[in-house]
Amino acid sequence: MTEDMVVHGVEWTVKELFVYPNEFIYWSIQIVMYPYMTGLVAGAFVLSSLYHVFGQKDLKEIAQFSLVFSLALLPVAAIPLLLHLQQPLRAMEPLLTPHFTSAIAAFGIVFTAYALIVLSEIWFVYRKYFVEQVHELKTKSGLSNTLTRTVYRVLTIGAYDVSDSAIKVDKKAATILAAVGIPVACFLHGYAGFIFGSVKANALWMSPLMPVIFIMSAVVSGIALCMLTYIVIMEWQAFRQKRGGGVAEAGEIKGAEKEIINKATRYLLGFLVAAISLELLDLIFRGYTAMKSWDILRSVMYGKDFVNIFVLQYTLGNLVPFVLLILPGRTLRRTVVALLLVLFGVFMMRWNVVIGGQAFSLSFSGYMHYEIPLIPHSVETFKEGVFGALTVMALPFVFFWIINKFVPSLRRDAEST
Amino acid sequence: MTCSRRAFLKDTVGGTLASVLPLSAFTILSQDEAKAAIAESKVRWAFLVDTTKCVGCGLCVKACKNENEIPYDAPVTRTWVERYVVTKDGTTHIDSPMGGRDGFITDTIRDVEIDSDEIDKAFFVPKLCNQCDNPACVQVCPVGATYQTDDGVVLVDRDWCIGCGYCIMACPYGVRFFHPDHKVADKCNFCYHRISNGMQPACVECCSFGARRIANLKDPDDPVTKTITTERVAVLKDEYGTKPHVFYLGLDANVR
Repeated sequence: MTEDMVVHGVEWTVKELFVYPNEFIYWSIQIVMYPYMTGLVAGAFVLSSLYHVFGQKDLKEIAQFSLVFSLALLPVAAIPLLLHLQQPLRAMEPLLTPHFTSAIAAFGIVFTAYALIVLSEIWFVYRKYFVEQVHELKTKSGLSNTLTRTVYRVLTIGAYDVSDSAIKVDKKAATILAAVGIPVACFLHGYAGFIFGSVKANALWMSPLMPVIFIMSAVVSGIALCMLTYIVIMEWQAFRQKRGGGVAEAGEIKGAEKEIINKATRYLLGFLVAAISLELLDLIFRGYTAMKSWDILRSVMYGKDFVNIFVLQYTLGNLVPFVLLILPGRTLRRTVVALLLVLFGVFMMRWNVVIGGQAFSLSFSGYMHYEIPLIPHSVETFKEGVFGALTVMALPFVFFWIINKFVPSLRRDAEST
Repeated sequence: MTCSRRAFLKDTVGGTLASVLPLSAFTILSQDEAKAAIAESKVRWAFLVDTTKCVGCGLCVKACKNENEIPYDAPVTRTWVERYVVTKDGTTHIDSPMGGRDGFITDTIRDVEIDSDEIDKAFFVPKLCNQCDNPACVQVCPVGATYQTDDGVVLVDRDWCIGCGYCIMACPYGVRFFHPDHKVADKCNFCYHRISNGMQPACVECCSFGARRIANLKDPDDPVTKTITTERVAVLKDEYGTKPHVFYLGLDANVR
């Protein structure tokens, strides 16, 4: 095949038995990343709302962090979609000429609405801090201070009133936004589930449970990632404090951290149970009703994808961390292992839905295997290969690092909310 | 600048009224009303495949690739021919190498040599876009780049398709693919450029056996329409509710 005649999907699709000629794995790793990242965004936001709306006071610190982290994750939810488009320059068309019978058409609108909610909530939470910074930096000289001060001046949008009554209004606004944000975050992600669940041509995807399963596993993965990042950062801070000689303060950090982690773990377990129950219900229902597609679905689930589904996803990704978290005498290290496994399990769930849904032919007479491109040799094999996925995974941390420079979500002295 | 609440509300209400009132002079038509306002098309294209006549020569696939500029050696195609061989042990062997473009010249199906004495029945089934009345691909296109014409054919706007692949996923028949050169969704359109100008689709034109024919369902005198309405015809995968418009004569239960 010549270089300019690349058939999308040929590169990584291996066909077995009878598959229609035009069938390939068209939706590859980036479409696995899309619901994964969207789920993390939604989950992180729900965790932050537990404090803001339901007043879970002991979650205060991680809530602030999750809110800012969900902003860092937000742009990354849209990047996989952009990377998988065959015509990325036309990415704005769904906003220009939305065709509303399509589940994808509303993505831009839902996504933008959600982004506005997150941005404005952060603004209300941190406005006082912005104003303080503007005043504080006024006294300092130097180019970097001047530049930083300019950024903060822009961030205040001219609202310098930090009287008690104004701060009270801020708090109220943040609470309302957090409350409105929960259904919108769930919608953003449930809707990703709907994109798959409504494809009637795909025997594995088509299920009304799909959006709910997606929401539950989203919250699980979001909480897990926030907890994990939080632990890592806190441990790092404690480690640095210790080296600087501040042993007492390091101990203080650890104590506060433990309480937060305990609480967050309880929420994580609750959502994990809900997610697994729904997934098993879906599986049992398919087996019991045994429709026309069941023969091929069974051969994929219990045969070709057995390791992916039952070993990696259910056992290693769900059962093992569940046991690790629920057994008494939980240490921080064990929690970290469990969280990593939870994140892996949710990733495998996305993989098994997206790639598993394309593992069998529409003819029900053949199979397709996805061989993920490892070493890229073209733009396409980079985008839809291991490196493309790793890039997407690394971006939220880069964004968080930048955002956190101006919106310090981890500073204990920051008097916010 | 100061602005009292009263003034703000007053201006808002005034502004809204001023902009809404002129708009009320227009009427918004529902889709059905708009359709009724435009004269209905006198054409509804449909296709008839007589599987008993197909010999699997692959000429239709060749003609289609050339006519519609689908790269000849690319493993994607707008139309293809499937070979079904049911052996005495009850196994159904199916293949369509290169979409059947070069015909079926060996007795081997995927490395299994079929003994001709062991065959219960064998036949060919040409496939193409079903130009559904309720097309799943049109429903899911996020930008409206794929659409249905008044005469029932589903087309793709190559200048507007974003290449998300949702239509490819939504089609139960697997007729869609990404065009290797244009990088947008592509599929059979009954050679719309030809049928709109009084010609036959390329595959119909070149089929020496009359296995492929095109019909205008709204013309009762059309001989192919007569066959569709009077003979026992079947469609593929009607359980998806897509209302396909490619009709088959002699369709076997083994056909996928």
